Amino acid sequence: MAHHYDVIVLGGGPAGLTAGIYLGRARARTLILDAGTIGGQTVLSYSVANYPGVEETSGRTISQTMLKQARGFGCEIRAYTEVAGMDLRADPKRFRLGDGSEVTGEAVIIATGGVPRRFGLASEERFVGRGISYCATCDGDFFTERPIAVVGGGNSALEEALALARYASKVTIIHEFDHFQAEPWIIEEVRGNPKIRFLMEQEVLDFEGGEKLEKVVSVHKKTGEVSATVVDGCFVFIGYVPNSGPFEGVVSLTERGEIRTDESLATDVPGVFAAGDVRAKRYRQITTAVADGTIAALSVLESLREKGR
Amino acid sequence: MLQTGLEHVESQESFESLLKEHENVMLCCGRMGPMCLPVYDIMENLRDEYPEVAFRDMDFDGPASHLVRRLPEVRSFTGLPFTLYYKDGKLVEATSSIQTRSQVTSNLDRLYRNGG
Ligand SMILES: Cc1cc2nc3c(=O)[nH]c(=O)nc-3n(C[C@H](O)[C@H](O)[C@H](O)COP(=O)(O)OP(=O)(O)OC[C@H]3O[C@@H](n4cnc5c(N)ncnc54)[C@H](O)[C@@H]3O)c2cc1C
Repeated sequence: MAHHYDVIVLGGGPAGLTAGIYLGRARARTLILDAGTIGGQTVLSYSVANYPGVEETSGRTISQTMLKQARGFGCEIRAYTEVAGMDLRADPKRFRLGDGSEVTGEAVIIATGGVPRRFGLASEERFVGRGISYCATCDGDFFTERPIAVVGGGNSALEEALALARYASKVTIIHEFDHFQAEPWIIEEVRGNPKIRFLMEQEVLDFEGGEKLEKVVSVHKKTGEVSATVVDGCFVFIGYVPNSGPFEGVVSLTERGEIRTDESLATDVPGVFAAGDVRAKRYRQITTAVADGTIAALSVLESLREKGR
Repeated sequence: MLQTGLEHVESQESFESLLKEHENVMLCCGRMGPMCLPVYDIMENLRDEYPEVAFRDMDFDGPASHLVRRLPEVRSFTGLPFTLYYKDGKLVEATSSIQTRSQVTSNLDRLYRNGG
């Protein structure tokens, strides 16, 4: 027999955990399912300095506290739990889990966040940890006095390029456009750094090397000129993609794959809400995810009351 | 200093006795960083599912880390953590950088359960 809950929250990042805190406090029987590590992208953040009320701390500390709070209010939380199948249009909503068991819920909050975008090239997979990295703070010191590339042109890419220039002999920023999409002060700092050079309007074609990465091959998008940048390392910061794959064809998505919601964070499927980075919105931060989790939980509670539960 | 729920390997003696006392060992050598934390977390989560495997971690900047850093198998590694799998005291697999749960379980199944 399927175990029944008032609310099933998919995703245990800041949005899902906050929803859990509000739902738990309201005595709603709540299950939070996470396909991976609880904490979501916050775990990728060494230091968070812009979460109000908390002085600079690690993303993990913030998410561990949220986890404790949600558990403390009675939420059941399961990490590393795959959802093998779901029916979000059914009443109640049905989920088949990876271990074959079934759970049902009166309402669902999708808070599955996002993941760093990758190129999806086979050669990228081959050199992860052997030259390709997604974390400057973690792996920067492996490239002391070595030439590296940074791919991307947003705030993260440029901030990391500046941090990496402290270790590396030379940093080549490879970017797809002819301009950066970052804060003016970061662009100014990057442009003024003598170790940093720029390869603009590039499409990355391939990563080459033997046991380790040796070259980033890219092509100029207008002239077709191919460049092979000789490097020991390449740091990739090319944005994020929403984890909305399992909901394609079920709830309405934007062309970028973000879930469309109304002001109460309801989707176009009754009883299904979305919160955090997975939904269409302008700013993606822990504070905005937490705000979304709150709104979604309060909207769900109202819809449950209307349903007479 | 690692702050995880795993047992830490902090000296050459504890490293040697670990390999002597356990047939199957998964050792994750890293820091408290964003690429390492998920791997420690996965290992803690897998302890009950793989009772035949000893799951340990080691501080990449700690006194025993030279035992890992000097291995020829990690010479080309540039991403933390370095994760090592031992069978009967011998290194049989090593990975660099963050791993997903399914990457870890596929290694555990292949190395310690003959393909699972
Ligand atoms: C390197 C880095 C640094 C950052 N630094 C800051 C900062 O300093 N300050 C700040 O405010 N923000 C920062 N952010 C952004 C912030 O972390 C995110 O905006 C926030 O974590 C979004 O929260 P979320 O709950 O919507 O999603 P996420 O944090 O992405 O969590 C989503 C969760 O859902 C799970 N999941 C995915 N798919 C499924 C599925 N199908 N079923 C079940 N579970 C699933 C994932 O495993 C994950 O745990 C940073 C992000 C990164 C990557």
